[in-house]
Amino acid sequence: MANPAITPELIAKHGLSTEEYEKVLSILGREPSFEELGVFSVMWSEHCSYKNSRPELRKFPTTGPSVLVKAGEENAGVIDIGDGWAVAFKIESHNHPSAVEPFQGAATGVGGIIRDIFTMGARPVFLMDSLRFGSIEGDSEQAKTNRRLFAGVVAGIAHYGNCIGLPTVAGEVYFDESYSGNPLVNAFCLGILRHEQIARGAAEGIGNPVFYVGAETGRDGLAGAAFASRELTEESKADRPAVQVGDPFREKLLLEACLELLATDAVAGIQDMGAAGLTCSTCETASRGGTGVEIDIQLVPQRAKGQTPYEVLLSESQERMLVIVKKGREDVVKRIFEKWDLPYAEIGKVTDDGMMRVRNGSDVVVNVPARSLADDGPLYSREAAPFTPPAPLDLSSVPQADPTTALPKLLSHPSIASKRWVWRQYDHMVRTGTAVLPGSDAAVFIVREANKILAAATDCNAIYCKLDPTVGARIAVAECARNLACSGAVPIGVTDNLNFGNPHKPENFYQLRAAVEGISEGCRAFGVPVTGGNVSLYNESPAGAIDPTPTISMVGTIADAAHITTQSFKEAGDQIYLIGETGSELGASHYLLAIHGRKEGAPPALDFEKEKAIHAALLGVIRKGIVRSAHDCSEGGLAVAIAESTFGTGFGAMIDLGVTNDRPDVVLFNETQGRIVISVKAADAATLEKELATSDVPFRKIGEVTSKAELSIKTGSNSYNWSVASLNDTFEGTIPSLMES
Amino acid sequence: MKAAVIQFPGSNCDTDCHAALLTFPGVEAEIVWHKESSLSGYDAIVLPGGFSYGDYLRCGSIARFSPIMAAVREAADAGVLVLGICNGFQILCEAGLLPGTLLRNNGLLFRCEHRHLRLENTETPFTSVLHKGQVLDLPIAHGEGNYFAEPATLKQIEENGQVLLRYSDGAGNVTPEANPNGSLGNIAGICSHGRNVFGLMPHPERVCDTLLGGMDGRGIFQSMIEWSQANKKNN
Repeated sequence: MANPAITPELIAKHGLSTEEYEKVLSILGREPSFEELGVFSVMWSEHCSYKNSRPELRKFPTTGPSVLVKAGEENAGVIDIGDGWAVAFKIESHNHPSAVEPFQGAATGVGGIIRDIFTMGARPVFLMDSLRFGSIEGDSEQAKTNRRLFAGVVAGIAHYGNCIGLPTVAGEVYFDESYSGNPLVNAFCLGILRHEQIARGAAEGIGNPVFYVGAETGRDGLAGAAFASRELTEESKADRPAVQVGDPFREKLLLEACLELLATDAVAGIQDMGAAGLTCSTCETASRGGTGVEIDIQLVPQRAKGQTPYEVLLSESQERMLVIVKKGREDVVKRIFEKWDLPYAEIGKVTDDGMMRVRNGSDVVVNVPARSLADDGPLYSREAAPFTPPAPLDLSSVPQADPTTALPKLLSHPSIASKRWVWRQYDHMVRTGTAVLPGSDAAVFIVREANKILAAATDCNAIYCKLDPTVGARIAVAECARNLACSGAVPIGVTDNLNFGNPHKPENFYQLRAAVEGISEGCRAFGVPVTGGNVSLYNESPAGAIDPTPTISMVGTIADAAHITTQSFKEAGDQIYLIGETGSELGASHYLLAIHGRKEGAPPALDFEKEKAIHAALLGVIRKGIVRSAHDCSEGGLAVAIAESTFGTGFGAMIDLGVTNDRPDVVLFNETQGRIVISVKAADAATLEKELATSDVPFRKIGEVTSKAELSIKTGSNSYNWSVASLNDTFEGTIPSLMES
Repeated sequence: MKAAVIQFPGSNCDTDCHAALLTFPGVEAEIVWHKESSLSGYDAIVLPGGFSYGDYLRCGSIARFSPIMAAVREAADAGVLVLGICNGFQILCEAGLLPGTLLRNNGLLFRCEHRHLRLENTETPFTSVLHKGQVLDLPIAHGEGNYFAEPATLKQIEENGQVLLRYSDGAGNVTPEANPNGSLGNIAGICSHGRNVFGLMPHPERVCDTLLGGMDGRGIFQSMIEWSQANKKNN
């Protein structure tokens, strides 16, 4: 089949601007071949090159004494956790594929992030997911579509994670109209490794053979990276061939075979084939190694006959890796991949000329400087719209809802309601390390082989980010840290997934810039590096851009198993305390959204110094061994937090919030930051008070855990009572009843 | 006791089982690749959970043709203890070493959660240290755990005391509400006629440590160890 001529239409179809095409011409000094045009198109897409976001990403703090591999250096960052052990972790989006084919889109998102981790030489140990969908309530066609997307994404994650045998231990799911037609699927994976096991994705050693290992290349996922860098439209369904098909069984074999191979000394470099497949892995390894790579398409294991070189180069078939093997050690690859019944082939070699050269037998179809593709792509500084801070909420415009009915209504808002329906579909206990099951503030995972206890949380309140992206991003970082503190952990690193709309629109670009600045401030405040992550732009449906969603995933360590703390109350008679002060703001709250249908006002203020002091004080008393439960106040405020602490315990709580001039709805449901509800044995109350007073953080006793399963909250002269069983039924029943209807 | 944990391509609870076994004093445990052909010298064989061969076609249906399965069958015939957990149970059913089969959960979704299980028979090598009627708290994690057998087979295994575990409530009542997957008779685990092959859907290896949700899985392994020791003394 003859290749098409390079016309302006073909160039435009490949998403290259006139300016970018001029740059291609000047790099090559000639017109590109059809294959080369495809290669430039995917490598210079936002998904691979970060051409619109890279100048912003440079603002992140990325260094620190524990950083072993920095953000952007390799497939994932690596952080020292002591005793010669390290963790590699990263979050990555698969939003567009999930919008058009939710099951496979989400499944391959999980598969892709797992490969990023074992490419580093790490053994993957757990997964998390951050998901966003449009509203799943009601009978509208849109709601039905959203339910189908939600069910499909969860099933896809379950399919891949369960089969490959990695527990999905935590996550978050939010529902908001802005995600209708453009769901977000961000998948996180963490792996563990010895320092000396860190593998590099560099093509080192001139003359070393280049091996292709793993699944055969097919036509699936053709130019998916370019697809991901466009807005979704009505016609996007026609892009289904751009969605890959995952085979978690193949990936399980590939994972085991690669880790077995990396444990030998036969490997000079290794790189997974993710976005932009064979193209990206060859030019990136060459660029990192300061070398060239030459491969022959005809040697690549292929699923179908008659695939063109263009298709093979741009396929995003899953479960494939590129391995640079030390010359003379080819037999090791052969032995291991035959054991695991996986295809492998020597497809080329490392050269000294810096070129990415692709042959189709005797024809050279691509001959491009590798560095120009991987590192010298275009960079844009986009225009950011001026920001108007949100007007503070006029409280007098908000009618006072009766808390007696408002609390169950909040607990049944799908974003707040129990996500058991989701995580029950995920194997969250395989690998026998899950010390805290999903549903608490943070996942806690014991890594047996390293004798280390890790905690992880993922957070982002996009309403805050929509109304004030800087503040919203700061809060996302602070909330992650707070969740870790509640579980007894100290943060060690952050990975972020920046989900935004089209960056050519100045208001969207402002959101991206402001969120990066907010995250950077947060990470500096908590002294944690950003170890890598992912940018997903063009998240737009015909109705407009999504709410800006800079998802934060934070990893921490817990020094001693005795410090592991959960959110549930433990025993009747325990005393309940609130650490942190409650303010009077209701702006951007879920109360305002769920009860009054309003998304407005300013998000709550955040003071990093106060926040840090509270985390430190909490950790101090946790380490004293006196804290029986700890739960932060987030969406739905104090009342929701206390109700959640009673669920599944058989206990109730008697709360008195004391004298106040504030409205009851403000006291119960506002979302003031930096607040944590804890419980201690009555006998430890005096010690707790003494310790917290020494730490100089605001705190007060607010009540007691009761044997009667009733929640009673008094504020000022008002008193409200609920049956815990009935609140719990509402909390647990919402999502199953919506999904099974 | 010297135990072999079989590793099929796609097994993913192999290292969990291996680690759980090694927490018992005096137990030796090894992971054995499915292409091996001999299992001589082992007192117990564990077929772990996972997705052998991706569970493509039907759970366990391809793994039963693995080279090691001839040795598993031979060992089972010789009275060696064979424990199949989750996918291992499915493989044992496919191989005909246990009666019946495991269908898709009646709710169609994968379920991972702690469940209560009532112990039905303690006169087996896998349950001897436990008490009849005892309620265990064990996690399940499966999409195809819906136990089914022909009426005649079902009658036979019930009469022979081959049903060892049933899904129940916390008080040990075997009710439809306590059944997570539609299994006939709430059956969660059965043994062979000869009592030395045991398959169960729950994961005892996941509850062998207080930090990981409990110790209720230990009784099954402890029973196997004591049976092996007694068996050795008798020989």
